[in-house]
Amino acid sequence: MKKVMVLIVLSVVMMAATAWSGTLEDVQKKGVLTCGISEGVPGFSIPDSKGHWVGFDVDMARAVAAAVLSDPEKIKFVPLASKQKIIAVSSGQVDLTSRTTTWTLKRDAKQGVDFTTIVFYDGQGFMVPKSLGVESATKIDGATVCVTAGTTSELNLADFARLHGLKIEALVFDGKKEALNAYTAGRCDGFTTDVSQLASLRTTFASPMAHKILPEVISKEPLSPLVRHGDNQWKDIVTWVINGLIAAEENGITAANVEEMKVKSNNPVIQRMLGQSGDTGSYLGLDKEWLVRAIKAVGNYGEIYDRHFGPSTKLNIPRGVNKLWTQGGLHYALPIR
Amino acid sequence: MKQSPFVFSKSFITTLLLQTAVLGIIFYGVYTLLVNTQANLEARNIASGFGFLSLESGMPISNSLLPYSPADSYGYAFLMGVLNTLYVAFLGVVLSTLLGIIIGVARVSGNWLISKLAEIYVEVLRNIPLLLVLFFTYTIALAALPIPRKSLSPFTGFFLNNRGIYFPRPMPESGFWLVCLAVLAGIVTAFFIHRYATRLHRETGRVIPSFTLGVIAIVATPAIAWWLTGGPMSWEHAVLKGFNFKGGLVIRPEFSALMTGLILYTAAFIGENVRSGIQSVGIGQINSSKALGLPPGLTMRKVVLPQALRVIIPATTNDYTSLVKNSSLAVAIGYPDMVSIGGTIIGQNDQAIEVIALWMGVYMTINLVISLIMNWLNAKVQLIGR
Repeated sequence: MKKVMVLIVLSVVMMAATAWSGTLEDVQKKGVLTCGISEGVPGFSIPDSKGHWVGFDVDMARAVAAAVLSDPEKIKFVPLASKQKIIAVSSGQVDLTSRTTTWTLKRDAKQGVDFTTIVFYDGQGFMVPKSLGVESATKIDGATVCVTAGTTSELNLADFARLHGLKIEALVFDGKKEALNAYTAGRCDGFTTDVSQLASLRTTFASPMAHKILPEVISKEPLSPLVRHGDNQWKDIVTWVINGLIAAEENGITAANVEEMKVKSNNPVIQRMLGQSGDTGSYLGLDKEWLVRAIKAVGNYGEIYDRHFGPSTKLNIPRGVNKLWTQGGLHYALPIR
Repeated sequence: MKQSPFVFSKSFITTLLLQTAVLGIIFYGVYTLLVNTQANLEARNIASGFGFLSLESGMPISNSLLPYSPADSYGYAFLMGVLNTLYVAFLGVVLSTLLGIIIGVARVSGNWLISKLAEIYVEVLRNIPLLLVLFFTYTIALAALPIPRKSLSPFTGFFLNNRGIYFPRPMPESGFWLVCLAVLAGIVTAFFIHRYATRLHRETGRVIPSFTLGVIAIVATPAIAWWLTGGPMSWEHAVLKGFNFKGGLVIRPEFSALMTGLILYTAAFIGENVRSGIQSVGIGQINSSKALGLPPGLTMRKVVLPQALRVIIPATTNDYTSLVKNSSLAVAIGYPDMVSIGGTIIGQNDQAIEVIALWMGVYMTINLVISLIMNWLNAKVQLIGR
């Protein structure tokens, strides 16, 4: 009888509701930030020859790790398929997802996640082999198009076909790799996803120049990192670290000069950002130098963009709407005070 | 000694208490799990319930048996997936059985080459993960076939390219229903011929070629009707228009690759069942039927097979249910089965629990039906005591 009692007590303990503690506390206790990323999209997130993850999305996550854990390397990357990217966050498998995810009402309001701030303004486009001789996306009636499951691309493609009265056969694959393979094997006439990713994925082909990205951009894809719904402090941290990187570009703070600016600048805005005056860190549950560490680790927004998409890279994606608002773009840093 | 039913031994009470306790723990565990899940879903603002099934899906499906458009609901989209799964399961079961029988009979064949080839087939297919077989068949289907503009056309109206196999589509014209009626009439006639032949054989011992006569009835009646109505059918041919062929009937490479992979794989297992079934029949049985002067075909049909089936059927039931479950790997090669479409629905709604419950419900139903049919069949072939 004693054994049975022990069993009952044990099972009660095991079944007891696990209370959700704050993500910040969790991450600091574990000493490592778990971040969901893409399965390998050059420029956004891809492991280099040594298995070290690099890319635009990766740097955004490293900035958060630097602010929260004082070390941009204390981070565990979890590659996620499109289908999993939301569930992985809402279920607590990852602390944060930085993975070319479009901010939509439904995802924000109904799927247990919160979006933080827009890191990349993108739009969906089509890629076709040049040999097909197609010049416009409105001319692809009857074509077969490869697409990844569980993405906004899949839905936009159906919307686009309905809007223009086109018959497009969508071939849906679970993984990006399988979809791309089918496209390069000629199973599909075209491949569709966000334009920046098309440019990026094209570089992985044997002959990138044999493929062309059509001029039409058929959707708005504001990409944003996401966190679990309901942890406001953690959402604030991710939002303001990224906002801080954009503000750093506005104020000319770079990875190289951040330490110097910290002591020498007499601009009150910069002094507040870099923790010389005010106490912005404590509002987030962090220390005074949170943003200094983030900028030092990955540079400001412009530096990150240039490092992964700039003219010196293979991708060479023009900044376009991703410029600062002062240069005619859409990035507009919120005041840090 | 007669014991009163109301006096329990000590050990009986202990057992009763123990079992009640275990049951209590299980119920409590399930209850806590449900309450916890519900609370966590609410805390994270994740919707629950099946309400989403009636919303517009907005997603494309490349291959559906019934007409479908993205304006249809999630529920209807899921149904398209269920139909695709059922279609694959049904064809898979039938075709892998046929191939399995051939493989099994070949393995026990006296011809050394044939039995060795069958053995190699079984050993290769049985020892490779099905997912790899599917990747292989799909890669072959895409790599070996030309693009639509350079289609192979072995016969007029047939086209073979990496978008699929195109056939002419039969288009019935007026009077076609007469031909359909004739087919039915032929079948009914064949049935009566069979009944008459059986009775004749039982009563007088005379044998008439009932099988041949039946076939003639089934083929000849519609043929005459066809000729009388002047061939009330036209063919819609597939034509290359823009990027793809339009019109005609088409089998997509995803479907062909999935079917080929599933059938080749499952047939290896069924082949082994057939072999073990045949080998389980004592050699004395075969020798006796030879001694009675039965020809080999009749020996197989009347002596070996009825006994072999007792061994074959239970094992094959397992392989059928495995085939149904294995069809979920379709998702890897872009065939829109129930799991693929359900996966998209999860991606768009995040209501994973509901969709997974639907998946489990459908697979379980399909497999329970298969088991019921097979158990009934099994009961029929078991030794019946007279």
